[in-house]
Amino acid sequence: MFALARASASAAVAAPAAARAAVRCISDAALAQELTFPITPFKCHLTDGPQVEEMTTTGAELLEFFKLAVHYRRLELVAESAYKQQLIRGFCHLHIGQEAIPIGMEAAISKADSVITAYRCHTLLKARGASDVEILAELLGREAGCSRGKGGSMHMYGPEFYGGNGIVGAQIPIGAGLALAHKHANAKAADDAKRIAVALCGDGAVPQGQVHEAFNMAALWKLPVIFCVEDNQFGMGTSVSRSNANTEFYTIGHGVIPGVQVDAMDPLAVKAAFQWARQATIDNGPTILQLKTYRYRGHSMSDPGTSYRTRDEVKEVQKSRDVIEGIRARVIDAGIADAAELKAIEKDIRKTVEAALEEAKASSELPASELITDIYVDKESQKGFVRGVSLDKSWVL
Amino acid sequence: MLRLSRAVCSMPTRAFASTAVAAAGSGGDKLPGFVHKVVDEDVPQDGEMVEMNLFEAVNAAMDVALDTDETACVFGEDVAFGGVFRCSMNLMEKYGKDRVFSTPLSEQGIAGFAIGMAAMGSTAIAEIQFADYIFPAFDQIVNEAAKYRYRSGGMFDVGGLTIRSPYGAVGHGGLYHSQSPEAYFSHTPGLKVVIPRSPQQAKGLLLSAIRDPNPVLVFEPKALYRAANEPVPVEDYEIPLGKAQVLKEGSDVTVVGYGAQIYVLEQAILMAEKELGISCELIDLRSILPWDKDTVIDSVNKTGRAVISHEAPKTSGFAAEVSSTIQEACFLNLESPIQRVCGWDTPFPLIFEPVYVPDKHRVFEGIKAAIEF
Repeated sequence: MFALARASASAAVAAPAAARAAVRCISDAALAQELTFPITPFKCHLTDGPQVEEMTTTGAELLEFFKLAVHYRRLELVAESAYKQQLIRGFCHLHIGQEAIPIGMEAAISKADSVITAYRCHTLLKARGASDVEILAELLGREAGCSRGKGGSMHMYGPEFYGGNGIVGAQIPIGAGLALAHKHANAKAADDAKRIAVALCGDGAVPQGQVHEAFNMAALWKLPVIFCVEDNQFGMGTSVSRSNANTEFYTIGHGVIPGVQVDAMDPLAVKAAFQWARQATIDNGPTILQLKTYRYRGHSMSDPGTSYRTRDEVKEVQKSRDVIEGIRARVIDAGIADAAELKAIEKDIRKTVEAALEEAKASSELPASELITDIYVDKESQKGFVRGVSLDKSWVL
Repeated sequence: MLRLSRAVCSMPTRAFASTAVAAAGSGGDKLPGFVHKVVDEDVPQDGEMVEMNLFEAVNAAMDVALDTDETACVFGEDVAFGGVFRCSMNLMEKYGKDRVFSTPLSEQGIAGFAIGMAAMGSTAIAEIQFADYIFPAFDQIVNEAAKYRYRSGGMFDVGGLTIRSPYGAVGHGGLYHSQSPEAYFSHTPGLKVVIPRSPQQAKGLLLSAIRDPNPVLVFEPKALYRAANEPVPVEDYEIPLGKAQVLKEGSDVTVVGYGAQIYVLEQAILMAEKELGISCELIDLRSILPWDKDTVIDSVNKTGRAVISHEAPKTSGFAAEVSSTIQEACFLNLESPIQRVCGWDTPFPLIFEPVYVPDKHRVFEGIKAAIEF
C-alpha cells in the first residue's frame, strides 16, 4: 500500500511533461461520446419538478466539470493557505465541498441572468467568469481585486454578480428586487431573451424574517427568481436540525412556491434542477431549490469546524460523496482519461492558481486617499465627493 | 494589576497593538497602557479576586445572574457552546439547555423573542453576535422594547431585557464586524446604553444592566475580550449605570471617551502632557444613555477645554451630544472650541482601518488644537 503510493507519487513528479502530453492525447472520440448517468431522485413540493431520472452528458462536458471542480477547490485551498500565512486578514469563508453548485448552476443558466449570494462567494464569482487574480487580489486587499481591495472576502462583485453580502439573509430580498427589474424587462423581451435572478443563501439564513418577506412578495408578484438554499448542514456552528423546525427547505415557500430538493454533490443533478427551475420561474414565478451539500471546512477561517461535528462525519462525506472524486470516477470509468492524465490536469491547475496568487501579491495596495472615494457622487457633476469630518467640509474628487 | 496578555490576544488591532506594547512595559497596578492608577469605589477590593480577561468577566457576570435569578436565560447565535467570543462558555453545562441556548441566525427574531420573555417578567439576556448585526433587530429594540412601558401606561415593561453585543474596531473586521452603532440607540428614550472599558467594569456594569428595571444595551469592546487581564472580584457586585468615572484628574483640558477608545485617549494624554507641558483630565462615560452630564460639566468648568472621542463617525456621533451639552452648560467658562476626534464619515473600511480610527496622534492633535486656540 505504502509502496504503491510512493510509486505513483514519484511517477507524477518524474514525468509532468509526459503526463501533459498524455492529456493532449485524450481523443476527440472520447470527448464526443454521449454518456448517461442516473441521478438521485428529486423530492418535489407543489410541482412535478424535473421529470428526469438520468442525465445525458458528453465526455467533453464531464471532463470540463472535472477541471472546474478541481479549479474551484484549488482556488479555495490557495486562499486558505494564504490566510494561514496572514496574507489575508479578516474574514474568509471557504466553499470547499460545495463545488457542484456553481458548476451545475452555470451549466444551466444564462450569463445574462443575475446571481446574488451571501459571504461564501469566491467560487460563485469564479463561475460567473472572474479571473483567479481578481479573486485572490481581492482577498489580499489589492488594487487588482474585483472590488479594488475595498470589499475583501465577503464583498466580491462581477458582471451580473451582485455580491458577496455580509448580513445573513439580507441578499434574498435584494435578489427578489433584481427579479422585479427582470420581470419588467422580460415583458418586452423575446422568449429567448428573458432573464431571471438566482438568490442563494445558506441553511442558516432560512430562519431570517426578511427571507420570508421576500418569498411572499416574489410569489405575490410572480417574480422570475430561483431561491436557492445551499443546505450545507450547518448555520455557523449550529446544525440544521437545531436551527430549523422544518429542515425540508424545498417546502418552505408559504404553501404557494414550488420547490425541489436536489443532491447538490452531483453537478449533473444540479444542472438538471436549474434547467427545469429556470424555465419554471420564467413561466410561473419563484421556485425554491434546496441544494443538499456539505461544508468540509469551518464556517470561516476562525472556526476549525470540529467542535460541533466529528472528524469522522467529515471524512465519511469526503469518502462517499466528494464532488471531485465522483466526477473522477466517472471520467475514468468511461475511458475519457486515465488517472495519470487527470493528475496532470490537477497539477496544471494548481500551477495556474499559484501563479495567480503571485500576480495578486504583486498588485499594489490602494493609496490611503481611497478611504474617501466611492461614498457619494454629486448629482450635477457626477463627480465623487465626500463629506469631511463634518458637513461644512467636503472634497470633490 | 491589569496587564495585557499578548499570548491570548488572537485579534489584536493594529491601533491597539501599540497600546499593548506600551502596557507590557508599564507593569504595576495599572490598566492596559495606564500609567495612572485607577480605583473604582463601586468595585469591592477586599474579597477574593480572580485574574481574568474581559470575555471571562462577562461570563462571570452571566454566571452570577443565572445563579441568583432562576428566571434568567442566556441565548443568541452559537451561544450554547460558548458563542464566537467564548462569553457563554460552560453556562449551558451548568444551567441546562433550557436556560442557555443557541438560536437560529435571526436577529429580529432574537430581539422579539427576548422582549416577549422580558414582558412576561423573566430576565432575558440576549446576545447579538456582532453589533453590526443589530440592525435587523433595530425596529424591535427601538419601537417595541423602548416604548413598552410608555405605550401600556405602565402596565407592562421589558425591564428584564439586556442585549449584549460586541462592537468596535479589531484590526481586520472590515465593514460588518467593526462598527460602533451606539449613537443610533442613544437617540431612543426608554433604552439604556452601556459600554465597559475593562474586565472589572464589565462584570459590575453587566450585572447592573441585567438587574436594571429598564431595557439595556451593553456594547462590549471586542478588541478587549482577550487583550487585557485584571483581577476581578468573585463576589456579586454592581456598578451604577449612568455614572461616569474620572480616571485621571487634570487642570488644562477635559478628555472624554468610553470603551476601548479610553486606552487610545490615555496614550494621547501621555504624549500631550510630555510634549505640551499641560495637565489633562480623563473621563470614561461608561454609560451613554443616560449619561453623566454633571461629571463632564464640572470638569469642563474647571479646565475650560474639552476633547471628545469615539470610533463611530463624527457626524451625529455621541460626541455631538456631549459637545452640545458642554456648550450649553459651560459657555462662559470655555477657553477654546470643543474638539471632536472621531472616525471619519465613511463606511468602516477594511483595508484603511488604520487611517479611519481616531488614533493617539489624531487625539493628540485635538488636544493641541484645544490648548493652542
